Amino acid sequence: MHRDRIKASGSSQKVRSVIQVCSAVLFNGYLTGLKRGKIFTGKTKSFCVPVLNCYSCPAALGACPIGSLQAVLGSSGGRFPFYVLGSLMLFGVLLGRAVCGLLCPFGLIQDLLSKIPVKKISVPKKADRLLRYVKYLILAVFVILLPAFFRNDPGGSFPWFCKYICPAGTLEGGIPLMLLNPGLRDLAGPLFWWKVILLAAVLTAAVFIPRFFCRYLCPLGAFYSLFSGFSLVRMTVDKESCVVCGKCSGACPMSIDPVKQLSGAECILCGRCRDVCPVSAISLNLPQHSDGSKDRPLPGTGSGPSAF
Amino acid sequence: MNKNDAGRTVFILRMIILILGAAMVIIGLLGGEYTVVFNKAVRICLECIGIG
Repeated sequence: MHRDRIKASGSSQKVRSVIQVCSAVLFNGYLTGLKRGKIFTGKTKSFCVPVLNCYSCPAALGACPIGSLQAVLGSSGGRFPFYVLGSLMLFGVLLGRAVCGLLCPFGLIQDLLSKIPVKKISVPKKADRLLRYVKYLILAVFVILLPAFFRNDPGGSFPWFCKYICPAGTLEGGIPLMLLNPGLRDLAGPLFWWKVILLAAVLTAAVFIPRFFCRYLCPLGAFYSLFSGFSLVRMTVDKESCVVCGKCSGACPMSIDPVKQLSGAECILCGRCRDVCPVSAISLNLPQHSDGSKDRPLPGTGSGPSAF
Repeated sequence: MNKNDAGRTVFILRMIILILGAAMVIIGLLGGEYTVVFNKAVRICLECIGIG
């Protein structure tokens, strides 16, 4: 039985990786852009993708929701971002932070980096608790308040988060465009190098602290975490079956205790806790019924081989 | 609050967010907000790549 569980755990990891790669390809499928060093200009760019995926990536097929939110808030006239916020609310309530755990290309990159066999750093609990608030601060200040109220341009405001922080933009947009487009390369100045240094710092941190950016800095994760309590995709733990072995918290890339915080604001629903649970106490569930009756595990979850 | 009440509250809030989200998307589309998103997304965002 134990061997079966290890086998199921291995296959679920593979399925999870396949979903992450497929999602990255789906959101970045414009390969011609990578050849020519130009970005996609088709109609799908009107739609926000659910993940942090720079629209200036030469391969991007959709719009980054965080960039779009800043663009609408900072546009001349300063309109309320109904479309972008509504899209984010729908993604949040339908998928919650499963977007972070299963769909985000920048999350995939961090997962790959965390596989580098070096000793991982355990962030002291007090510092960890405080640092987790930084992403909410970034969301409030750099994504909402500064673009909405700090008018520094006759046409509106620039996207503060994209300009000064976003490492995904540097990795997916900045570096490829600089490599492919000599005209842009000549324009690279101190701001570009600041962003490269920040990207290098975030990626290095992700080697030692799994999902470093998701844990502490990502404003999109901060937004989705507001919907964790209501999202349709949820994981639950059967506390009667749980043997409190601690294996789940050891496997969690977000360094939370799944027994206490499963499907909470910091849980990215990646399912690693379920993979290692020796008694199959953790399951991916359908939403609760309106009368609050017990969740129904999805076929293939809980006991037996898992879906991912 | 017992478990049934909590479950019902979550269900109702979920439905409210779903309906509100869908309504906001429709209002945004009718107001032409998608053109702001489109116009930003089809031009190289100089700020995003660090030269703006």
